[in-house]
Amino acid sequence: MTTTTTVEQATNYEAVIGLEVHIELSTRTKMFCGCAIDFGGEPNSRTCAVCLGQPGSLPVVNAAAVEAAIRLGLALGCEIAPSSRFHRKNYFYPDMPKNYQISQYDVPICLRGHLDIPSERGVRSIGITRVHMEEDTGKSSHVGGSGRITGATHSLVDYNRAGIPLLECVSEPDLRSAEESRVYLTELRAIVLALGISDAKLEEGSMRCDANISLRPVGHTVFGTRVEVKNMNSVRSLGRAIDYEIARQNEVLTSGAPVVQETRHWDENTQRTSTLRTKESVDDYRYFPDPDLLPVEPASEDVERLRAELPELPAALRARLAETRGLSPAQVSVLAGTGLSALFVQSVAAGAPASEAANWLANEVTGWAGAQGVEPVAVPLTGAQLAELVGLVADGTLSAKLARQVLEAVLSGEGDPRAVAHARGLAQISNSAELEEIVDSVIAEHADAAQRVRDGNHKAIGALVGAVMRATQGRANPSLVNELLQARLSA
Amino acid sequence: MTAELLTCGARELAARMAAGEVSAVEVAQAHLDRIAQTDDHLHAFLRVLSDDALATAADVDSRRAAGAPLGALAGIPVALKDVLTTKGVVTTCGSKMLEHYRPVYDATVVQRLQAADAVIVGKANMDEFAMGSSTENSAFGPSRNPWDLDRVPGGTSGGSTAAAAAFQAPLAIGTDTGGSIRQPAALCGVVGVKPTYGLVSRYGLVAFASSLDQVGPIARDVGDAALLLEVIGGHDACDSTSIPIPPPSYGAELERGVEGLCVGVVREFLATEGLAPDVRARVEDGIARLGKLGAELVDVSLPHAAYGLPAYYLIAPSECSSNLSRFDGVRYGLRVPGETTEQMMSRTREAGFGREVKRRIMIGTYALSAGYYDAYYVSAQRVRTLIIRDFAAAHEQCDVLVGPTAPETAFPLGSKTADPIAMYLQDVFTIPSSLAGAPALSVPVGLDDAGLPVGLQVMAPVLGEGVMFRVARALEADLALDPTPRGPNSLEPPDEEHDAGSDAQPVRLVP
Repeated sequence: MTTTTTVEQATNYEAVIGLEVHIELSTRTKMFCGCAIDFGGEPNSRTCAVCLGQPGSLPVVNAAAVEAAIRLGLALGCEIAPSSRFHRKNYFYPDMPKNYQISQYDVPICLRGHLDIPSERGVRSIGITRVHMEEDTGKSSHVGGSGRITGATHSLVDYNRAGIPLLECVSEPDLRSAEESRVYLTELRAIVLALGISDAKLEEGSMRCDANISLRPVGHTVFGTRVEVKNMNSVRSLGRAIDYEIARQNEVLTSGAPVVQETRHWDENTQRTSTLRTKESVDDYRYFPDPDLLPVEPASEDVERLRAELPELPAALRARLAETRGLSPAQVSVLAGTGLSALFVQSVAAGAPASEAANWLANEVTGWAGAQGVEPVAVPLTGAQLAELVGLVADGTLSAKLARQVLEAVLSGEGDPRAVAHARGLAQISNSAELEEIVDSVIAEHADAAQRVRDGNHKAIGALVGAVMRATQGRANPSLVNELLQARLSA
Repeated sequence: MTAELLTCGARELAARMAAGEVSAVEVAQAHLDRIAQTDDHLHAFLRVLSDDALATAADVDSRRAAGAPLGALAGIPVALKDVLTTKGVVTTCGSKMLEHYRPVYDATVVQRLQAADAVIVGKANMDEFAMGSSTENSAFGPSRNPWDLDRVPGGTSGGSTAAAAAFQAPLAIGTDTGGSIRQPAALCGVVGVKPTYGLVSRYGLVAFASSLDQVGPIARDVGDAALLLEVIGGHDACDSTSIPIPPPSYGAELERGVEGLCVGVVREFLATEGLAPDVRARVEDGIARLGKLGAELVDVSLPHAAYGLPAYYLIAPSECSSNLSRFDGVRYGLRVPGETTEQMMSRTREAGFGREVKRRIMIGTYALSAGYYDAYYVSAQRVRTLIIRDFAAAHEQCDVLVGPTAPETAFPLGSKTADPIAMYLQDVFTIPSSLAGAPALSVPVGLDDAGLPVGLQVMAPVLGEGVMFRVARALEADLALDPTPRGPNSLEPPDEEHDAGSDAQPVRLVP
């Protein structure tokens, strides 16, 4: 097989990028057996005869995984194959229980779709070649040495992950920059989250992205030699790896050397790619149709039902939010991308001003979710609660700072905002009568400072405000305190 | 009385136990004694499950005494081919690779036998991973034919058919991929059935060639075989290729005779070079009897059947090369240590697999390789399609097809082991039905000139087991053959001398 192609030297190269994204489905059970999919658990505790490849065991297709595949295909505008089939991909590896992986090959379930992304050149339609179903492998860990297989004394295998359903979504080589690739991946992730078929965490590997990158002289239509880059575990590292690889290939080509067809590994620590394996010859996986499984033939009425039941997808949601609410583009994109739009809509319906609700969701709620390690969409907050909180700030009952404390308490399950503020005694003191007493006693206790204010040193009032705030545990309305002090001391 | 318990057959035993004439424990003990007395010569079993069998039988007796409902095979001894998983009980598949392997679950067929209150007396010998035609590929030594102990019982279910023929059990379970129930049934003079693909669950059947493998019953008469198929057949959600139908029932059809049926005689089979003349004569005699019994006999052609054997020897090894990949020393079975994981896997497979298994893995790996896949695997699948059409065309004309089961009778041990092609030719008549996914059985039709059993094959359309049993039963009733192996070198038939049980040899646990 040809492994390199000579590209004539040129001064300007354009990048051609295609992404292969693996999405681990959050179905209740595995792809071909009844084992529960739950993270954690002792190694090999979530296994059975089927996902361990015990002799005589047979696979049975998980209908929920097929449904998830069809839903993603529909969301990406794919054709749903009336009959698709599973093949066996044969190769020996200890974390693969049967030494073959059941995967779709020549007839995948979803074909020929597209994903539209905003770009500096307007909306770009990125082709989706296919979405297919397959099973995940187990995980090896190597003991002794550096933790890699070389130098290890022995290896351990955990098959809990073996058999978890994966969708592989393959794009056409339509992406042209790191930025477009980042946007594509972010948008695909938002769609997956909107569909609720995966938690799609790049950092934890429930979504994995490989990039195929080549360069060609600007204006050419023939592709250059492609390099596959693996191991990017965030949108940011995808962008960095692509930028690095474009620069590397550019340097190679500019020097007159050919790019070698190979698989490269992105190293997050060094921020570089390095050769993982060179494809001297195409791997021979001896694919053939799995005789243990029947073709997947979804009834067309089921496909149409799933199409009708698709949720509003991020692009449509963004358009709707932007038009009807007058939010900033940044707020729109956070709401659509995190799945918080439903909560937003509920909050507004409950009376919160749109931009206030959006700010709370995009900043405080998202921040709290990040700190707790949960998806924003999973935060225990209702639209009514958020609207109530926003209202308490608007009417001066809570300062912004107190409101953040109240929100945390609400998210921790202490109750509704008003009740929490009351129970914790956090409501702001905006009652002049109540504050006047405190202000008078503070002036009496700080006679020197009071005198300096009377003498025209207006900066000295800060110390008095601080003393009132301390006396009220921060609950006094600061502008009211200021007003009262001014009135008392200017007399 | 004991000899009769051994020879009378499953339905008769069931009737006697139901009538209280004999207990399940007595029946089990009689068969275990028979195994103990004969299996040193026969080697039908790799493992005899005496304690489990007696415990199950005692349970059947106590439940019967209490008036509790019992299953269709309550107290009936069954020999189980060692390719079906039994939870916690070593299941070797006749291979060193699994010499000490204890499955973590029971095969669906085993669960159904247990639910029917059958008494599994042991795990029967077989060619390694069900590859062969003589049981000589067992890593634990060959089984022998009860009609002549110097001859093979056929294979790969040779242990199961030898056990049934030798009265070690009235019923046995075998598996058939290209003829592995029918050919040994013919060679041992018993009835062996390869059901429609998908009628019996493959869950827990350690796979050789998944698109062809099928579990089936073995018995000394057609009615017992039909009864066993009723118990093990029917849909199983654990096997995606299982046909969604309820357990079948054949009783009503069994004795209806052949009058009015059209029986197709496969011309190509009878004209095959290599078909022994006396085998042909017995088969032709059997066919003529069906005519006299009122069946309409017509000549039919399966024009592509001749390509079945080469197609089979591409499809089956291809699937086997993938199915047997899992035996790598990582998770279960044999492990031979190595410096690296790859070396450990390689050494394990080198040591664990026998020659025939390795030969087929290599053929299959080659046939599936890039550049060869279309020429071999895809072409073979096309032949398969043509054969399916041949059967469809033939069955438009007639209800069943008939012909010989095997080209010759039992051959001497060692006579074909050096010549794989000669061994493969044993399956020339059985492979076409396997490729078509259609049912077929072998029924005894007399003895050849040397006094060895000859089998006649009845082939039916998909899910046509009822009519297939009906034809076989009519022929069996007309022939009224004695199933007892006889001859100068045959196993001793059961008789009163062996009754006492006191001279029983200790049960040998092999391996």
